[in-house]
Amino acid sequence: MLSLLFFLGRGFARIMYDVAVIGAGITGGAVAMELATYDLRIALIEKNTDVAAGTTKANSGIIHGGYDPEPGTLMARYNVLGNRMAGELCANLDVPFKRIGSLVLAFTEEDLETVNLLYARGIKNGLSCLSILNREEVLALEPQLNPSVLGALRCESTGIVSPFEYGVAMCENAVENGAELFLETEVTAITDEGPYYAISTNNPEQPLIAARMIVNAAGVDAASVHDMADTPEFSIQPNKGEYYLLDKNQGGLVSHVVFQCPGKAGKGVLVTPTVHGNLIVGPNAEDVEDGGDVSTSRRGLDFVMETAARSCKGISYRDNIRNFAGNRAILREKDDFHMAFSKNAHRMLNLAGIKSPGLTCAPAIAVDAVKMLGERGLRLIPKERVITTRRRVKFAGLPILEKERLIAQNPAYGRVICRCETVTEGEIVDQLRRPIVPRTLDAIKRRAGAGMGRCQGGFCGPRVHEIIARELGLDPLDIRKDDRGSYILTGITKGGQ
Amino acid sequence: MLIYDLVVIGGGPAGLAAAYEAWQNGVKSILIVERDKELGGILNQCIHNGFGLHYFKEQLTGPEYAGRFIHMLRETGVEVKLDTMVLQVTPDRQVHAVNATDGYLVIQAEAIVLAMGCRERTRGAISIPGDRPSGVFTAGTAQRYVNMEGYMVGRRIVILGSGDIGLIMARRMTLEGAQVLACIELMPYSGGLTRNIVQCLDDFNIPLYLSHTITRIEGEGRVERVVVSKVDNKRLPIPGSEMVFDCDTVLLSVGLIPENELSKEAGVHLDPRTNGPMVFENMETSVPGIFACGNVVHVHDLVDFVTGEAERAGRNAANYIRKISCAEEDEPEIQVIRGSHVTYTVPQKLRTGNIGKTLDIFFRVDNTYEDVTVKVMSGSKELHSRKRRYVVPGEMERLTVPKERLLSAEENAITVLIE
Amino acid sequence: MKEVVCVVCPMGCRLQVDEDNDYAVTGNSCPRGATYGKAEVTNPTRVLTSTVRVRGGLYPRLPVKTRSEVPKAKLMEVMSIINEVEVAAPVKMGEVVVSDVCGTGVDIVATRDM
Repeated sequence: MLSLLFFLGRGFARIMYDVAVIGAGITGGAVAMELATYDLRIALIEKNTDVAAGTTKANSGIIHGGYDPEPGTLMARYNVLGNRMAGELCANLDVPFKRIGSLVLAFTEEDLETVNLLYARGIKNGLSCLSILNREEVLALEPQLNPSVLGALRCESTGIVSPFEYGVAMCENAVENGAELFLETEVTAITDEGPYYAISTNNPEQPLIAARMIVNAAGVDAASVHDMADTPEFSIQPNKGEYYLLDKNQGGLVSHVVFQCPGKAGKGVLVTPTVHGNLIVGPNAEDVEDGGDVSTSRRGLDFVMETAARSCKGISYRDNIRNFAGNRAILREKDDFHMAFSKNAHRMLNLAGIKSPGLTCAPAIAVDAVKMLGERGLRLIPKERVITTRRRVKFAGLPILEKERLIAQNPAYGRVICRCETVTEGEIVDQLRRPIVPRTLDAIKRRAGAGMGRCQGGFCGPRVHEIIARELGLDPLDIRKDDRGSYILTGITKGGQ
Repeated sequence: MLIYDLVVIGGGPAGLAAAYEAWQNGVKSILIVERDKELGGILNQCIHNGFGLHYFKEQLTGPEYAGRFIHMLRETGVEVKLDTMVLQVTPDRQVHAVNATDGYLVIQAEAIVLAMGCRERTRGAISIPGDRPSGVFTAGTAQRYVNMEGYMVGRRIVILGSGDIGLIMARRMTLEGAQVLACIELMPYSGGLTRNIVQCLDDFNIPLYLSHTITRIEGEGRVERVVVSKVDNKRLPIPGSEMVFDCDTVLLSVGLIPENELSKEAGVHLDPRTNGPMVFENMETSVPGIFACGNVVHVHDLVDFVTGEAERAGRNAANYIRKISCAEEDEPEIQVIRGSHVTYTVPQKLRTGNIGKTLDIFFRVDNTYEDVTVKVMSGSKELHSRKRRYVVPGEMERLTVPKERLLSAEENAITVLIE
Repeated sequence: MKEVVCVVCPMGCRLQVDEDNDYAVTGNSCPRGATYGKAEVTNPTRVLTSTVRVRGGLYPRLPVKTRSEVPKAKLMEVMSIINEVEVAAPVKMGEVVVSDVCGTGVDIVATRDM
């Protein structure tokens, strides 16, 4: 391992990374996780305060069946592979996942044709779990659906997953196996220095990262990142989807992921239980200029509500607990992923336009991406010992004896902090001691679940705040809700402003 | 397994009064289970005054009101478990709870009083679109930070909702040095007590915008501004009426919801009008031996009424435990139906055998009315009526009905209405 | 003529107070309203509730109140005194934390044990 330390003209970089993965979303996380099983120095570079905080945390959380993508596309190939991988991967990484199956509803003759088309496509893509149901069969499976439904495509391999826990788990696993994570580190320039790339960042503690190869998994920013190193080859259109997330008392309304047929009016809106037991309704699809704009709108939310009514009229929106939106990175040039090295910056592998079914595809994309890096010269020597699992305590679901045992071992598990989701102080402290330390209220929410319930942190917020400050030795005034600028408190009372 | 005659879930004003009253009525094995580190419930953070005018004939602050009951309770043998969260109540009155010292507790109770209070309605419940920056708090959460933890939550504040919590926080934040730019209210009338409008908004020249709502919250990281629109009589925003307030904080005071997850799981029937348990005249729920009182039944404006309700629950829980019952086993239940302009009543059902000399029916109206008559009807027969100068949705009404009037009901349903 | 909303009872009568006529009050439904109307115009007073810093207590802030009403005009001045106070636990409900605040003759007292 000679000459890992060296001096660059522009500044002192301490080590030379074999691969820098730009973007710690589901794609970057999956790639980093796969790379970390080899004897490599890996830098995982993320501009946000937390991993999996972009598109990865704001989507429908579906592990798609694989009947939707056009056969022969990368989407189709990786969808099917990724779907197969999901069960074992989620079990190993202790990520909530349920294979509940999906229905694509048909309401018109046109829709029925689409259903047949999707069926044929699915068969071609290698699926064996598809069937076409008639109206009676659909309503027998899902009595709450609109009785005007004519039929549906049923896919039994579709699943629901917690997308941010999936992303966090992969990034954690990568870090546990040796990858180095740089948060709040935005790439500002990439210079080809010949044998390596000099990646400039806005992080004063890490202004320069040197890496022999780059994986560009920057989501909605993938084109901007590519264009730092090479002349433009592809472009990304961010496309926003808005959602309703409803109380768990709505979670039993349907038991499958309920899709609508894409039609003239657009892609249709889905209604599905989430893996945590809530109900999610959405998304719409609206092109936006700024990939960072994840605001919701009256127009968008109304569209979702009106369109969802087609599938199910009984959704009680007064039980809505949260609205959110996420942007997908849609490749303009073709209806598929862009998985290719840049022309001139030929050791930068671009994984761009990872739109739906991106969440599903990510682990499968990662396997091939690493192979491609290997073919391009990356030395892939498998590590001798690799951590492949993680286990987290989830107090709420444990049997009584287990709860007793836990509390006896550690009284912090006896202190329930989040009433709505029954999350204990022990679990929150556990997360604060993990390889990627969550430093914000939302980072804790995404990991431990505190604040995710119907009161949306109204009760537990101040308590979680106090625990984070105490455990990390931080001033409560410095603790944020999520990303930069999201301070919670402005000062102390009686302290002057 | 622990065994108690009475378990009270919640140590706020409702739980305290119920436990004390049960003790005074002969039950000597009582446990209060409280999730916070001290008794008092929400009153501990309600440092303003206005409590106890009816009950103590004094104007007390929240902590003082709670303190009275906490001191009274100390003279009894009522046991308390603090920092203890109830996870489940079963229909056969087993209470499952956890805390750091005892671990997992299973408590068998002869009777239970549900006194869990309520939670605040959130931004999601009313779907305010826009960015999701920090700086959006429910008023109660902000109150906790400010009054108990000692933190300021913002400098330039817009408050949505003119209910009492929002009004109180308008004054509180102003006195602590923040600028409260406006109080925005969806309805054409305020939901809070007039006294609070005067002493929290008028005193500080904080404008109240009736028939307005926040249509968008904007900000990168932290709140930067809100868009406020006037609404029409269908409560929909009127295009062109938008105003922008540059602020860094939004306090939401948009409603309280009784916290009944435990009640549901115990098999207690809820009234969709109140979101709380359906209760009989004696505060018993649909599950025999499980009683309920306070905000968990319906959201109160005056803690004095909470205490009265809780005493009723405590007394009747004691009767239940001591097997003293005044109602016949098969006595027919009388439904209390809400008539015109009445949004709900508590109690929802009656067993006249349990009623003493009079029955208090609590209800709310759907709008502001002047010079009206409250009537209790049985079919077309008027059982009782009272004139009211002024009724508003923001102030719970109490109608005291003499028992003999109720006995003259012809059917098994009575209707409470406004004329 | 000054218009004042009476807060003595939930009715909220709209009072008219005539400064030129010895503060005669009209619009009230009861004598308490007349008293309130005149007081509110000549010398409006308020009870002030707030918190003070406390060391060694269950929480970092102790809730307090003025034992009785103080002139409304002095509220901010009273607040500035309150902001300087720090007490040490244990404190009893009713304990005087500031006596005769701003020369009003009114004490500031703790409203809880801590």
